[in-house]
Amino acid sequence: MVFASTASAEWALNMPKGVTDLSVETYDLHMMVFWWCVAIGVVVFGVMIISLFKHRKSQGAEPATFSHSTTAEVIWTAIPVVILLIMAVPAAETMIKLEDSRDPDISVVVTAYQWKWHYKYQDEGIEFYSSLARPSVDARRKQSGVDVMGVENYLLDVDRPLVVPQGAKVRLLLTSNDVIHSWWVPELAIKKDAIPGIVNETWFKANDVGTYRGQCTELCGKDHGYMPIVVEVVEPEAYQAWVDTRKDSDPRLASAQ
Amino acid sequence: MTTTTVDTHAVDHEHDDHGPTKGIKRWLFSTNHKDIGTMYLIFSLLMFFTGGAMAMVIRSELAVPGLQFVHPEFFNSMTTMHALIMVFGAVMPAFVGLANWMIPLMIGAPDMALPRMNNWSFWILPVAFGILLSTLLMPGGAPAGGWTMYPPLILQTGDAFPFLIFSVHLMGISSIMGAINVIVTIINMRAPDMTLLKMPMFVWTWLITAYLLIAVMPVLAGAVTMLLTDQFFGTSFFLAAGGGDPVMFQHIFWFFGHPEVYIMILPAFGVVSEIIPTFARKKLFGHDSMVYAASCIAFLSFIVWAHHMFTVGMPLTGQLFFMFATMLIAVPTGVKIFNWVATMWRGAMTFETPMLFSLAFVFLFTIGGFSGLMLAIQPADVQYHDTYFVVAHFHYVLVPGSIFAIMAGAYYWLPKWTGHMYNEKLGKLHFWLSTIFVNVTFFPQHFLGLAGMPRRIPDYSVQFADFNLISSIGAFGFGLSQLVFVLVILTAWKGAKATDRVWEGSHGLEWTVPSPAPWHTFTTPPKHRIADEAFE
Repeated sequence: MVFASTASAEWALNMPKGVTDLSVETYDLHMMVFWWCVAIGVVVFGVMIISLFKHRKSQGAEPATFSHSTTAEVIWTAIPVVILLIMAVPAAETMIKLEDSRDPDISVVVTAYQWKWHYKYQDEGIEFYSSLARPSVDARRKQSGVDVMGVENYLLDVDRPLVVPQGAKVRLLLTSNDVIHSWWVPELAIKKDAIPGIVNETWFKANDVGTYRGQCTELCGKDHGYMPIVVEVVEPEAYQAWVDTRKDSDPRLASAQ
Repeated sequence: MTTTTVDTHAVDHEHDDHGPTKGIKRWLFSTNHKDIGTMYLIFSLLMFFTGGAMAMVIRSELAVPGLQFVHPEFFNSMTTMHALIMVFGAVMPAFVGLANWMIPLMIGAPDMALPRMNNWSFWILPVAFGILLSTLLMPGGAPAGGWTMYPPLILQTGDAFPFLIFSVHLMGISSIMGAINVIVTIINMRAPDMTLLKMPMFVWTWLITAYLLIAVMPVLAGAVTMLLTDQFFGTSFFLAAGGGDPVMFQHIFWFFGHPEVYIMILPAFGVVSEIIPTFARKKLFGHDSMVYAASCIAFLSFIVWAHHMFTVGMPLTGQLFFMFATMLIAVPTGVKIFNWVATMWRGAMTFETPMLFSLAFVFLFTIGGFSGLMLAIQPADVQYHDTYFVVAHFHYVLVPGSIFAIMAGAYYWLPKWTGHMYNEKLGKLHFWLSTIFVNVTFFPQHFLGLAGMPRRIPDYSVQFADFNLISSIGAFGFGLSQLVFVLVILTAWKGAKATDRVWEGSHGLEWTVPSPAPWHTFTTPPKHRIADEAFE
C-alpha cells in the first residue's frame, strides 16, 4: 500500500488541472461549484447542528408552534436561484468553447473496437491500432502471478500512442465499429462517445509536452477496463519527425509520395 | 366518497368479524393491504440482501488491483444485476410495501381500492426476479451490459437476453398496477374531512410518485420491446447498420430513467417528512410548499433526462437547455431541505432510531445533492461522467438517501405493525454502524472518480488502490451491519407493548388505531378533524 500511495501522490484527491486552456477552465468551474456547495453546506449543516444541540428535549426545550413563514420561504427560494445564475453563466461560456471545433490544425479519425482504438490522421494518411501494452496484458489475467504493483502504468499503457504536436488544435472525429465506447483523457478534459453509425466531434489544444493517459469510459463489454488511451504531446518539430518516420516505415505511404 | 366507503363496508361486512385464513393461503390469495404490505417489505429485504451479496462480489474484486476472484464478464454481470435488483427489487418494492401498509391507515380507508389487483402486483414480483436471477445459470451468463441496457452492447447478451426483457416487462406491469392502486385509493377513499392539502406528506409524495410511475414505466416497456424486436424480429430501431440510431435508445431510456430516480426518492421525502415533526414535537414547516416543491421536482424530472448524455454529442443548444433545466432542480430540492431544518428549529427533539436515520438522511442526501449540482455543470460533467464520482453521487442519494428513509420508516412504524417496541439499543447500533460504513464506502469514491477511475471496470491502475481498499472495507462493514437490522426484525415481537400512539409526538390517523393494527381498520370512515384534534 505504501507503494500505491507514492504512485498516487500526483492526482489522488482532486480532478487534474490538465494541460489545455479548457481543462483549466473546467477545473475552475468544478472548484467554483465545489466551494459554493461547501458554503451552502456550512450554513445549512451549521443551522441544523446548532438545532440538534440546542433544541432537544433533554435540554428542556419547549417546542415552538410556528409552521409557516412566507418571508423565509421566498428568501430560500430566491437565493438559490441567484447562486445558480452565478454558476450557469461561466458554465455556459465554457461549454460553448468546448463545442467549437472549427479550424483544426490536425484531424484524427478515432474508431473504437472491442477492445482497442484505431487512429487515422486524415491529412497525413497515417493510421494504426492502439491496444493495451504487453506488460499489462500479461499481468491482467486472473491470478496471473504477476504483481501488478510492479507493472509500470498498469492498465494505462498502450503499444502505440496517439502522437500530437504541442499547441496545435487537434480535432477528433469519433466513431465505433461495434458498440458504444467513450474516449476520455482527464488531463485534456474531453470525453466523447464513439458510437456506431455516428461521427462525433471534439477537440483539444495541449499547451504542455507530455504523456497523458486515459481510458474508455462507456461500458463496452468484457474488456471495457482494458482499452486505455495514451496521448503523447510533443514539440512540433518532433511531431514532424515522427510523421516522417511513420511514412517511411509504411510501404503504402512511401510509394504514394 | 362517503358513499363509496360505506358501500364497501356493507358488502364486506361478513368478513369483518373473522381474521385471516390460516396457512399459506392467507398469503397467496391475500387481498389485505397489511398482509400485502408485509409481503412487499419482506420481499424487498430479501432482494436487498441478494443485491447486497452482488455488491460484495464487486467490492471483493475491487479491493486490490489485479484480477483475483472473478472474470471480467462475470464482474459486469454483477454490476448489472446489482443495479437491477436494488432498483426494481429492493428500493421500489420497499416503498410500495410502506404505501400498502400506511396509506390506507393514514387516510382512514379500509383497504387499498383495488385489493385483487394489489395481490397480483405483488405476486408478479417474485416471478419477475426469479426469472432475472435464473439468468445467472444460463449459457452466456447473466446480462452484463449495464442496468441501462444500452444497445448495441446489450444485444450481445447470451440466452439471458429475452429473459431480461421479460422480467423488466413484469416489473413494469407490477409497478403500474401498484401505482394505479395508490392513485385510486388516495383520490377516492380519504376520510371525509381530509382535503388534498390536509393529506400527510407521505401520502402526497406517493400520489406524485404514482403518477410518475404511470407516465414512465410504459416508456421503459417500449424501449425494451424495441430491443427485443431489434434482436429477434429484424427491426433496426437502434442498429446503425439498418438505419437506426443507438442514441435514440438512451433518450427513451433516460426519459424513463430520470423520473425513475425521483420515483425512488419522493416517497423517501415523504417518510422523512412524517418522522422529523414527530421527534421534533413540532408541525412540519411549510406543508404546502413541500407539496409544491415535490410537484415541481416531478415536473422537472421530465425535462432533464439528457443530462445523463452530455458526452453523446448533442447539439449545443440542447446541452445548454438540459444543463439549465437540471440546475433548476436544486431550487425545489433546497426548499425541502430548508423546510426540514426549519421543522427541527426550536423543536424539542429526541433521537430514537427513526429520527437518527432521518437526520442522517437529511445530511447525506444533501451531500448527494451537492454532487448532483456539480454533475449538472456540463463542462465539469464531461470530466465526471461515467467515473466513480457518479457512482459516489448516486449511491449517496440512494443508500443514505432512499434506503435510510426506508429504514427510518420501518423503525417508525414497526411498533404499529407488531404491537411491540423494537429493541432500541439494537436499532441505534444498526444506525451508527450503517452511517459510519456508508460514508467509508462511498465518500472515497468521489476521489477515485475525480482522479480518473472509470466506473464498471473490474481492475484498475495502481494509483487507485488505496481508496478502493478503504471503500471495500466500508462495503463489507455496511453489509454486515445490515444483519443487525435482521436481528431487530426477528426480535421485534419481544419488546414492551406499544401504545396506540407509539411515539410521544406522533400525529395522524394511523396512530388512532390499536397497536398492532388489527387486520381490518377504518371499516367506517373516521372523522379526520376529530383524529387531528385528539393529539393537538
